[in-house]
Order: sequence, then C-alpha cells, then structure tokens
Amino acid sequence: MEFAAFLTRRVLWSLLVLIGLSVVIFLIARVVPGDPARMALGPTATPEMVDALREKLGLNLPLIQQYGLFLSGLAEGELGRSLLTEQSVNNDIAQTFPATLELVLTTILIAVVLGVPLGVAAARWKDSWPDTLVRAIAIVSAVMPSFFIALLLQVLAGYVLQVLPTTGRLPPDMEFSGPTGLIVLDSLMAGRLDVLGEALRHLLLPSLALSLATMGQIARITRASMIDVSRHDYIEAARAFGIPTSVRLFKYQLRPAFVPPMTILGLEFASLIGGAFVVELIFAWPGMAAYGIRAITQKDLNAIMGVVMVSGAFFVVVNLLIDVLVGVLDPRVRIRGRRA
Amino acid sequence: MSATEPLSNAWQNWYRFSRNPTAVVGAAIVLLCVLAAILAPWITPFPEHAGSFVDFRNRHQPPSLEHWFGTDNVGRDNFTRVIFGLRVSLTLAFVVLIVAVPFGTLMGLLAGYFGGWTEIVIMRLTDIALAIPPLVMALAVAAVAAPSLTNAMLAIAVLWWTWHTRLIFSITRQIRSQEYIEAAETLGASKAHILFREILPNCVSAIAVKTSLDAGFVILIGASLSFLGLGIQPPTPDLGTMVAAGAEYLPDFWWESMLPAGAILFVALGFNLLGDGLRDMFDVEDVR
Repeated sequence: MEFAAFLTRRVLWSLLVLIGLSVVIFLIARVVPGDPARMALGPTATPEMVDALREKLGLNLPLIQQYGLFLSGLAEGELGRSLLTEQSVNNDIAQTFPATLELVLTTILIAVVLGVPLGVAAARWKDSWPDTLVRAIAIVSAVMPSFFIALLLQVLAGYVLQVLPTTGRLPPDMEFSGPTGLIVLDSLMAGRLDVLGEALRHLLLPSLALSLATMGQIARITRASMIDVSRHDYIEAARAFGIPTSVRLFKYQLRPAFVPPMTILGLEFASLIGGAFVVELIFAWPGMAAYGIRAITQKDLNAIMGVVMVSGAFFVVVNLLIDVLVGVLDPRVRIRGRRA
Repeated sequence: MSATEPLSNAWQNWYRFSRNPTAVVGAAIVLLCVLAAILAPWITPFPEHAGSFVDFRNRHQPPSLEHWFGTDNVGRDNFTRVIFGLRVSLTLAFVVLIVAVPFGTLMGLLAGYFGGWTEIVIMRLTDIALAIPPLVMALAVAAVAAPSLTNAMLAIAVLWWTWHTRLIFSITRQIRSQEYIEAAETLGASKAHILFREILPNCVSAIAVKTSLDAGFVILIGASLSFLGLGIQPPTPDLGTMVAAGAEYLPDFWWESMLPAGAILFVALGFNLLGDGLRDMFDVEDVR
C-alpha cells in the first residue's frame, strides 16, 4: 500500500505544519504586543489587577513553558477563554465555524463548476473567442478586490434589482437550527424546503463574490493543463479512432488535466479564507471570519489566536483531502506514492 | 549597427517588449500610477484635501468638471484623495517586495543548490507560511501591535518571501544538475559565484514576472486590510479606507466607494497585465 504510506507521510507533515503554525501564532501573540493582560484590562486597570491577571493566565512563566501550556491546550483541542467575555473560544468558534464552512464549500463548488468548463472551453477553442473570454475573466478575477465585487453584487442584486437578500444566512423572522450547523444540509435532512430555499438565496451573493478569484485561477490552470495533455499521443490516437470529441475531452483529457487545478485550489485556499474575512463582513455573514474581525477590533488575543489556528488547520485539512482526491484521479500517485 | 550584427540583448528585449501589447499597456498603467503618486501634491486640484480638511457645504457632490470623482462625506475632493491613496498602495507593494523578493530568492537558491537539511528546513518553513492567509496574518499583527502601514508591510513581507523561495527553488533544482554548473564546480568556482553568477541569471525573468504579478496581489491585500479598518489610519487618504467609508452611502453616493475601488482595480490590473505580458515575452509559463 504505497498510497497509504504516501498519505501517512502527508498527515505527519501536516501535523508538523500545524505545530509550526502554533509557534508562529504564539510568537505573534506573546512577543509582539507587550502585555496581553494590560491589553485585556484596558488603560484604567490598576497594576495589582494586571498582576493578578498575569498570574491567572500564566504570563509570569518562562516563555517556553507558556508555549508548552499553549501547545498542550491545543493538543486537547482547547483554545482557551476569551480575554474579554470569559467565554470559551472553542464554543464561539464551534458556533461560527459552520457558517464559514457552508460559505466556503459553496464557493469552492461554484468556482469548480464554473471554472473547469470555462477552462475546457478555452482549451477546446484555443486562440478563438472563448479563449479570449477566459483570459479576460482570469485577469479581472485576479485584480478585482474582493470587497469591490462584493459591494457591486450587493448593490446590483440587493438594492437596484431587489431580487436577493444582502445580509445574513436566513430572514430575520426565520428560526432554524440543526445538528451540523450547515443550514442547507440541516434543512434538507429536516425536510424544510422553505428554509432550504431561503438559505440558498442568502448564500448566493456572498459565495459568488468569494468564488470569483478562485474561479478565474481554476479556469486559467485548467486551460493550460488541458492544452498540455492534448499534446500526448494517446489523445492523438483517440482522435484518429474517431472517438467523439466530447468523450475525448471529458473522459480522456480532463481526468489527468484535472490534477493541476486541484493543486492550485489547495494553494489558493489560504487567500480564499482571507477573502472570507472581507465578504463575511460585507454580507453580515455570522461566520468565524466575522467573529475573528470582532476579536481583532477588540484586541481579544485568545480569540484571535484561535481563529488563526483554526484557519490554518482548515487549510491543512483541505489540502490533505485534495491529496486524496489527486490520488484517486492519478494512479501514479496511488502506486508510486508521490505526486507526478 | 549593420544588419548582420546581432542585436544587443537590451535591444532585443526592448523589441520583444514593444511588440507585446499586454506588457506595454500594463507598463503604461503602472508608470501612470507611479508618476501620479509621486507628483500627487503638484498635479491634484485640491492637495489640501489630502488631510483632515472639512467643507460640509460641499459634501456628497456627484462627479463634475470641478470634482472629477465627486466629493466625500465631509466635502473633500475624491480625485485628490484617490491619487494620494495610490501613494499608500504603491509604497506597501514596493516595501513588501523589496524585502520579500531578495530574501525569498536567496532562500530558494540555498535550498535548491545545497539540498539536504538546508532544503528541508527552508522548504518546511514555506509550507507553514503557506497555511497562513497573508490578510489574516496582517490582521492579527495589526490587532496585537497597532494598525499601521509599517506593521501591515511587516506582516505581509514575513509570509511573502516564501512564494519566491518556492519558485526559485524549483528553478535552481532543475539547473543544479546541468553540465555547466558541474564544469564551474570542477574549475573550483566559489559557491557564491555559482549561486549568483551561474544560477541567479537564469531566474531573473521568472523573478520579474512573479514580482510584477505579486505587486498587484499585495496591493489588493493592503486594500482589504484598510477596508477592514486595520491599515494606515485616517486622515491619510487610503483607497481601502475610502471604499469602506463610502460604502455606507451606497447606492446613492456610489462614487465615494466605487471610484476608489476602481482605482485599486486599475493599478492591480496594470501590474497583472505587465506580469502577464512579461510571462509571454520570457516564455516562463509556470510562473503564477
């Protein structure tokens, strides 16, 4: 089982990345700002109050020991308590993460479902108008600030045409909660089609706004990779055998060509999370990014560390999943246990 | 110069550049923005509006001949502030890249040429950096330190070098095993000579393309940061801050947010077209 060995190695690397990430976050939080206790209590606190909080948070311990505490907390899945509200950061993130997950999954779905066919079309009609169109889309998507597209969509669809809701996940008068926190999934399981419809309507604008950048990249890479694959002899053979174009394109050419866009999707995922911070704020999406922004403006250190850590872990998990997918698509990875 | 004499390298490059419309348009946009930013105090109609100027009688004026981009919520000329805002965006991109590109290149050369533990340490560091969204990093630093341009530049630069390291690493790895490197080694050339005189010149075109594309991305990240209120602080004009302030008056006073947003798009477009054009010109397809 070479593939199992490959995956084990990837999982171990991922763990190492997460540990490295925890060092970075710990350094930012403990070394950059000076005194977290002073920051949490504000300028009016007496030195005694600050000392008491320092004691309580373990800030008087040597740095390495503080990191040990932080890491052992992380290992138990404990992100600490908010310095401001005393709420558990775990709880806060568990409450807000599903909204972000739903938004990000929908975004990826849109980006792949639109981006891959666009890339295939551009490769099929290379140097003709679909190719030019895709090139234009790729450039616009790369230079469009995420808040610009978000505001544009909000104004156009929300205010001018008044066809779609512009804030939140559900109408204010609609109450709904389910086991997973993903409203689309939960409402389906509960058979509440009215909720499902509203959830999808609310999802459409933010996920479209967030997907543009990724979609453009996927289209561009798919195009390049389809053209690359089309130069192989077996594609020429398929053509010579008179296999229908659509079968050749989608069955023989796209499958190997699908690997590079997936790898890019993994790498792009970090900037997608970054974009979520902007998009969630604009559409008042009650997700983890919006929670993170609030924590940042309130200088809530533990919450900030928690959000950055979970964002990083999210990135690592998505990239692991993509590795598995690549293994399924590309037998060379499965057999030889490494990416071609 | 006679017709049979080969064109010098510089001339050849200039010819290829001038024949590439994407690169030329991109370079023109970048040049226009840079000049406008440098000359801002002299070319803008109301340079005093770049600070905390207030003229409430003139607030929310739509675009006109006097105020090309209209006025904002305290009556300042938007066009003036957009041009001054370009200064912040371009400074951010310039400083981040002047730190990140040389450092990232050096790390890539070292990892690619020496391999072994050097490679493992450097490349694992880049793996960690990849998992942190630069915007989130900048947000976190702005939160724990203070929201300022310097902190933003620092936070982004700390992550950004890794992209260049990955790029230069892969190029160096391919070059390392070539015969002329072996020849240089056999002749006893120093490591520094091999790294900087033999390998580095092969990376220059890739670096140029990547740096140009990066400038656009860094500007977008900086704009997002200040859009969220954690970039350079008012009253210094900043494009992202202007968009955020103007967004409260959407859709009625659209020019207050849409035109600064358009300016960000414009300058980012310039760098992207330039990078795209250079990529075609140098034929380095893999660089993104």
